[in-house]
Amino acid sequence: MSNLGFNIAGVEFKNPVMTASGTFGSVGKEFEQFIDLSSLGAIVVKGISLDPWDGNNSPRIAETYGGMINSVGLQNDGVDNFIKNDMKFLQKHDTNIIVNIAGKTVDEYKEVARRLNDTDIDMIELNISCPNVKEGGVAFGTNALMAESITKEVKSVTNKPLIVKLSPNVTDITEIARAVENGGADCISMINTLIGMKIDIHRRKPVLFNKIGGLSGPAIKPVAIRMVHQVSKTVKIPIIGMGGIMNGEDAIEFIMAGATGVAVGTANLINPTATMDVLDGIKKYMNDYNITDLSSIRGIID
Amino acid sequence: MCVTKKKVIAKILKNEILVDNVYKMVVKSEELIFDFKPGQFVNLYSKDKSMLLPRPISVCEIDEENKEITLVFMVVGKGTEEFSRLRENDEVYLMAFLGNGFDLECEGENIIVGGGVGTPPLLELAKRLKGNNKIFLGFRKDVYLIDEFKKYGEVYVATEDGEHGEKGNVIDLMNKYVEKADRIYSCGPKGMLKAVKEYAANNKIEAYLSLEERMGCGFGACVGCAVKIKEDNDKGYKNKKVCVDGPVFKACEVMFDE
Ligand SMILES: Cc1cc2nc3c(=O)[nH]c(=O)nc-3n(C[C@H](O)[C@H](O)[C@H](O)COP(=O)(O)OP(=O)(O)OC[C@H]3O[C@@H](n4cnc5c(N)ncnc54)[C@H](O)[C@@H]3O)c2cc1C
Ligand SMILES: Cc1cc2nc3c(=O)[nH]c(=O)nc-3n(C[C@H](O)[C@H](O)[C@H](O)COP(=O)(O)O)c2cc1C
Ligand code: FES
Repeated sequence: MSNLGFNIAGVEFKNPVMTASGTFGSVGKEFEQFIDLSSLGAIVVKGISLDPWDGNNSPRIAETYGGMINSVGLQNDGVDNFIKNDMKFLQKHDTNIIVNIAGKTVDEYKEVARRLNDTDIDMIELNISCPNVKEGGVAFGTNALMAESITKEVKSVTNKPLIVKLSPNVTDITEIARAVENGGADCISMINTLIGMKIDIHRRKPVLFNKIGGLSGPAIKPVAIRMVHQVSKTVKIPIIGMGGIMNGEDAIEFIMAGATGVAVGTANLINPTATMDVLDGIKKYMNDYNITDLSSIRGIID
Repeated sequence: MCVTKKKVIAKILKNEILVDNVYKMVVKSEELIFDFKPGQFVNLYSKDKSMLLPRPISVCEIDEENKEITLVFMVVGKGTEEFSRLRENDEVYLMAFLGNGFDLECEGENIIVGGGVGTPPLLELAKRLKGNNKIFLGFRKDVYLIDEFKKYGEVYVATEDGEHGEKGNVIDLMNKYVEKADRIYSCGPKGMLKAVKEYAANNKIEAYLSLEERMGCGFGACVGCAVKIKEDNDKGYKNKKVCVDGPVFKACEVMFDE
């Protein structure tokens, strides 16, 4: 029997496959009819803010070669609605609940984190890397001092282990990773989307209403692998890797680059059973190569 | 697990050209559950891995007994071009049935208004509505499916140059030929839907519009397909998803670019 489990900051994961925030409905309801949600390592919910957010105008989606660009803009109904209406659904399933949080100011982030203290969620994922919100969001994730300080501030008010989600839209990702580790992050998740743009040459205008958006999907995987590898050599805290994972082999690549867990994003939109296919693919790889514990291949690339 | 929609492999029974760039494809899958409402759509998936996202295409006609679905689509880009090349016995990945569909309760005078490639999804609707149908179809140039629609009501056709039917648009025709109506059902380009909404409001007729938006997933997972729908809250609207809350909405609730 192969061992897929691990522990991050006291939270036990039965397997490494999680959902990437924003690509699994708000809390996963849309996927209940396709997969058994209890088979996931964790459900990572869509970004949640203090007050409800509208998100951006449509069109919000553009397809690009081997990827997509979105400018959804963290549309959500706010943290109180989440606690009141969505927690019940999540608690029905035997899996970890990770809540991705967003804010326009440090105080907003802190208040969302505070309100989650009395809930049964397992971890918080601090989204300081969304390219689709004007205030807050990516600004916190592209400046090392700000990244360290917001990590510290949120850490000081939460009683949950803290994951900080990094933006790839920086010159030196290791600098930001070191900063959030110094700030007290328990774990790093990476990468969020790369800032991209697409132009409709027939209409001579950008495809997205917002002009720019976040690029995701297989097109970004090499960037993600490189960054996970670099960061894993820099920090001691565990990494949840994501960016273009479509199958088990992609997930294994992230694990070899140094990721402890992996998250499936865009693939969910194309194939609603993608998470289970990734999990099966990981098991098959372990079987094919006689690997009994994932830790034996974790971070093996120098 | 309650499975109502599913991604399956469907077999192509027929794929023929109707007019320049418009194809009629009949697909079949034993695996599908046929709990279908007119106005619902399917996702078609490209085999070319460079195109990740599904292409939403409305259901034109359905044969529940034989598990067959007729789709009519226009070639506008790489995905639809690939689908146009599929031949009998080829296979295509498909997810069905998506979206909410039209309300079928009306028994009085129905007005059905279609524009361009928005007309196909109205065929199965026309077939299933009780009451009398007056059907207004507008096209830029080439017309299609007219004879099929004629089986289910009085059909009036408008084209831009008047080569087929009358010169003008569907609103001109409605102004001319509608005396009484209980409900309007419409699908077509945004400009036409806006005009239908206005017509319905001016004449105090209940209307349903089938909207289109760029989609990521087609089943509610990405929040990519948002439209503003009027709601009784402090903002006066709520962002709803075209793929699951729609594509059919009450005309009076659709905000377009207000
Ligand atoms: C609910 C719904 C039902 C639909 N039903 C039908 C139908 O029955 N028959 C039919 O022919 N088409 C229908 N469409 C539109 C169809 O989905 C698009 O034409 C198709 O996805 C284009 O794919 P492509 O790869 O050929 O084009 P791409 O290469 O992706 O794009 C080429 C051009 O097509 C246009 N386009 C692409 N996607 C859309 C879209 N979602 N909406 C509007 N324009 C788009 C854009 O101008 C774009 O620049 C429907 C769309 C929706 C949302
Ligand atoms: C439609 C969409 C919505 C997203 N929403 C969020 C979000 O709310 N919070 C967040 O931290 N990341 C969000 N992301 C980023 C993903 O979680 C993930 O980091 C990114 O898409 C890379 O993974 P992928 O290539 O597997 O999709 C979103 C991505 C997509 C495509
Ligand atoms: S297309 Fe993904 S939510 Fe509608």
